[in-house]
Amino acid sequence: MIRTAGLGKTFDGGVAAVKGVDITVEPGEIVGFLGPNGAGKTTTMRMLTTLLRPTSGTATVAGHDLTGEPREVRGRIGYVAQGSGLAPATPLKDDLELQGRLYGLSRREVAARAEEVLARLELTGLDARPAAALSGGQRRRFDIAFALLHDPALLFLDEPTTGLDPQSRAGLWDHIRALRAEHGMTIFLTTHYLDEAGALCDRLVVIDHGVIVAEGTPAELKTGGRTLDDVFLDLTGRAPREEAGR
Amino acid sequence: MPRDTWVLFRHNVRAMLRQKAGIVFGAIQPLLFLVLFGPIFATFGTWETLVPGLIIQLGLMSTGMAGFGVVFDKRTGVLERMRVTPARRLSLLLGRVLGNVVTLVVQTVLLLAVAFAFGLRVPPAGLLAGLALVVVLGAGLAALSYAVALTMNEHLFAPVMSTAVVPLVLLSGSFLPMSMAPGWLDALSHASPFRYALEAVRDLFHGRYATATVAVGVAVTALFTAAGLLIGTRVFNREHA
Repeated sequence: MIRTAGLGKTFDGGVAAVKGVDITVEPGEIVGFLGPNGAGKTTTMRMLTTLLRPTSGTATVAGHDLTGEPREVRGRIGYVAQGSGLAPATPLKDDLELQGRLYGLSRREVAARAEEVLARLELTGLDARPAAALSGGQRRRFDIAFALLHDPALLFLDEPTTGLDPQSRAGLWDHIRALRAEHGMTIFLTTHYLDEAGALCDRLVVIDHGVIVAEGTPAELKTGGRTLDDVFLDLTGRAPREEAGR
Repeated sequence: MPRDTWVLFRHNVRAMLRQKAGIVFGAIQPLLFLVLFGPIFATFGTWETLVPGLIIQLGLMSTGMAGFGVVFDKRTGVLERMRVTPARRLSLLLGRVLGNVVTLVVQTVLLLAVAFAFGLRVPPAGLLAGLALVVVLGAGLAALSYAVALTMNEHLFAPVMSTAVVPLVLLSGSFLPMSMAPGWLDALSHASPFRYALEAVRDLFHGRYATATVAVGVAVTALFTAAGLLIGTRVFNREHA
């Protein structure tokens, strides 16, 4: 579903945020992409979702060449960005309709899909409200609802549970599990909650300073009785990182 | 592409209709000039000279500030969410621009209605031709505004644009024809495309259609709008890669 070879991004000014990463994600997998702040997680994800053009390497995403067929890639993926992507004052129903229509759905198809997705995420009836009237957990689930409207084959989630309380986090992970179990959806996500990543993901990929430093199942990574937190700190160091902002 | 443009345009018009007061407030300044300055101007000039200037002022203040919308959408993540859809970047721009043009047309009609009450008299053909020129100018201006908004630090957009609008309005000859200005100021105003558009609208409002002023105004406006759309599309593409 995702296959990259030497994928890299050097920004204007010479900052190499991602230095040639090789990532493979098979259909139906849930893969956690971990790393400290500024490690290159979001830059990689933004490349894989066509928001940033890679400066080196190649990638195939959802069956299409990332740089040669970006519109085809966009049509087959869903993306939930790190921050919310909801207009605070517009009734969510209007924005859902716009989103679905921009994916090529008819109004009738959007209505049917929205009803199905909102029911799945326990949001039925809330779409008449603007985002500003919802809780943080509800807003995050609406972000996911927007990304699922066109029934993508591959879902990208960039820190989907950051800022949520434990109950909302647990609920969101349940929804993510259900997406794979019931729909066979492939999911590529980043998170800072390592215990949750370990419980949810089939495989973990750890990036630091723009290069992949470890990859494997949670069990494979937790060698010598270490927790994932220990593994992560051993791989990436204990010094606090400043957010690179990209 | 036309479908995506239409979808976004429709969405923007619906959003505009939810904020009807915003349409009126956007036209308040030119309306105030019309009501509080127009009667003075009318003692030595004509409404057909003043009102085109107020329409250009309205265009600069309305579509010139269109970039605010995209600043807000960028900050809230809405723009990024749209950028991950298969919709073409040009559609994302045009859908917004056309929505801004509709707002400008509604505001212009409102201004014209009040101006007619004060004494403006314009031949229908001149009125329609003048409106058409303003629509084209507004499209270019809105596209440029989006380009500036996406290029500039979001905190600078408001002060820079609101500062830029004042000299652009004055140099276009909105309040007094630039033929009354000293030579250096008249020469400087020729650098502003809005002067040519304004003089063309004034001719059209006076029922003069086949003049060099109209031809130059139409040509400059067309070039300005083509450049605005080109720059706007490039910036939308660049921002999203």
